[in-house]
Amino acid sequence: MRLNLQKIEKQVGAEQFLYPMSIELQPNTVNVLLGATLAGKTTLMRLMAGLEPPTAGSIFVDHQDVTGLSVRNRDVAMVYQQFINYPSMTVFDNIASPLRLRHEKNIDAQVKALAAKLHIDPFLKRLPAELSGGQQQRVALARALAKRAPLILLDEPLVNLDYKLREELRDELTQIFANGESTVVYATTEPSEALLLGGYTAVLEAGRLLQYGATPEVFHQPASLSVARAFSDPPINLITARVSAEGYQIIFGHDLSLDLTAALEPDAPVTIGMRANALRVQSRKGDLSLSGLVELAEISGSDTFLHVKTELGNVVAQLTGVHYFDIASTITLYMSAEHAYLFDHSGMLTVAPRGTAISFKAGA
Amino acid sequence: MAQIDLDLAHSYRPNPQSDSDYALLPLKMSFRDGGAYALLGPSGCGKTTMLNVISGLVQPSQGSVRFDGKDVTTLTPQQRNIAQVFQFPVIYDTMTVAENLAFPLRNRGVSSAHIAKRVGQIAEMLEISQQLNQRAAGLSADAKQKISLGRGLVREDVSAVLFDEPLTVIDPHLKWQLRRKLKQIHHELKLTLIYVTHDQVEALTFAEEIVVMTRGRAVQTGSAAELFERPQHTFVGNFIGSPGMNFLPAQCTDNRIRIGTHTFDIPAQAQSAQLQSFGDFVIGVRPEYVELASVNQADAMPAQIVRVQDVGTHWVITASLETGGVNGSTIVRARLSAETAMLSAGDTAWLRIINSHTRFYKNEEMVA
Repeated sequence: MRLNLQKIEKQVGAEQFLYPMSIELQPNTVNVLLGATLAGKTTLMRLMAGLEPPTAGSIFVDHQDVTGLSVRNRDVAMVYQQFINYPSMTVFDNIASPLRLRHEKNIDAQVKALAAKLHIDPFLKRLPAELSGGQQQRVALARALAKRAPLILLDEPLVNLDYKLREELRDELTQIFANGESTVVYATTEPSEALLLGGYTAVLEAGRLLQYGATPEVFHQPASLSVARAFSDPPINLITARVSAEGYQIIFGHDLSLDLTAALEPDAPVTIGMRANALRVQSRKGDLSLSGLVELAEISGSDTFLHVKTELGNVVAQLTGVHYFDIASTITLYMSAEHAYLFDHSGMLTVAPRGTAISFKAGA
Repeated sequence: MAQIDLDLAHSYRPNPQSDSDYALLPLKMSFRDGGAYALLGPSGCGKTTMLNVISGLVQPSQGSVRFDGKDVTTLTPQQRNIAQVFQFPVIYDTMTVAENLAFPLRNRGVSSAHIAKRVGQIAEMLEISQQLNQRAAGLSADAKQKISLGRGLVREDVSAVLFDEPLTVIDPHLKWQLRRKLKQIHHELKLTLIYVTHDQVEALTFAEEIVVMTRGRAVQTGSAAELFERPQHTFVGNFIGSPGMNFLPAQCTDNRIRIGTHTFDIPAQAQSAQLQSFGDFVIGVRPEYVELASVNQADAMPAQIVRVQDVGTHWVITASLETGGVNGSTIVRARLSAETAMLSAGDTAWLRIINSHTRFYKNEEMVA
């Protein structure tokens, strides 16, 4: 299904919830809405569903203008943060309800197939209240899928679950959505979740659409500092710098510099961006080095996030596996010019590690 | 300060019959004086029950709780001298920050001079010295929670300080700073700290030792590195790390490990494990330690790539390995550096599964 929003905006009273934006979703795949709380994700979904009309602009479904059409007359399935099921119906009846509404045949087989896909087949005779949170949300997801709606809207569906359960369910959902039968919109506050879901990502901030594109592309080539910040966890390391007098170097800290392949506006203030995984504790040939004091080593299991206080400000390095560092011990971090981003004084991307006209030269 | 020894079981039901009737299955456990511990596990695993048994809010249905050898099983939290910090701030809105911090000391008749000194010290550690004379009412949720933490830490004579998911209300961007504070405070005050959480980052960052729990059972107690490198139980292998550990069926014959139709040398760590005697067993290898090998490499085996994910900071590939047996194949995930030249779905990748980081499991327990 093709969903196209043209110059839509949303005001509520004097407040601007969404500033004018246009977005044509990639059909029959996952489209992630990524943004912090109050970025406008839920408002945008409500417009997509037809739960609310936009204040201005038009919404097209498969080239048909549906702007004024209410949710009842649109074919949409929704799943929310809270686990919403019919409390007095069994799991079976919950999943069957959209099928019965459409007077479908083979309801029994269809319900069982969906339940098996979401691993809730042993609980079909139970009531939702007799299930764990994760199982209840699986029921809500199965019901949404039973609708076989061409548009499925998921508003942070996994946020209230334990992280391991989230991991499992996210993985199952990605596989289900890969069948290409529906256009899926998935709202999340977590950059890592967007990357795991893949597909396409729209980055939202304070009611504005900052960037939309294939998820890895938006991550590797954030159009602006705002996108780079919103789409990084741990936060991207930002270093204040300036272009040298002749334009071919970026100067920062005490005597640190990076060489460019083409000249930029001399003496302009710029910002260097280094993702946490670009910082290492082992050096390689041609590296820049940066010393500092360990603030904390945060351990997630698969990664250690090392917070270091340096003369260039606080930075975070992401190291694979479990590593211990004493608080307040001295450490040297290494990075290669090839992994640096550069943003101009207005915050727009000038250099990215993958594919921009100008790039940094690898160190000598 | 006290060494805490548990030798108990707890059921909320009167006559427990099967394992599932127990909130805590029979266990023996010691918390070292001055140690920093985390109780980690999914909801319903028994971690909060264990915390409440330690504090005295719950009396175990069997066995005993000892503080420095003394039986405290029937004593209240006050009698046990326990300080507690909960999910949500517990403070007096009408008092100033300083009065709130002083309250647990004043209650115990500590001298004003000593109170002033200790409140100053705790406030400095938590970086709330500037707010000492402010009313607590006007503060933000995380400032209030800092005061709750301060109240938990202010007494020097407590047996232990217990935390129940104390960073729930803290803004994600501030969490790491508070984790750092807690770690520093533990370092400086040497209090026994026991911390309940379902968040692995919180547990692994904060604690010297983490107790991993599932279904009323503590399956492993160890440092973050031990849980990551040597999970004693398959539950720990899966629960710690994201994605969790891969598990593959294997056998051992003629001093070779067999996965499907491929055979491999027994690695050093399993030389003395008598793998042959186990019949079917399970190999555990973390996605971080699955290596991409060259075609036909002797210590590797081919896998069909099912999915390739660019997760930004690295690649995750999902591949299917021929492992024989009933299922025929097993899904394996590998986490590869962002700099790896990537294959695509449908390609065959040669993966090195067995190396010095590989673990071996029988009936879910690690044998090598």
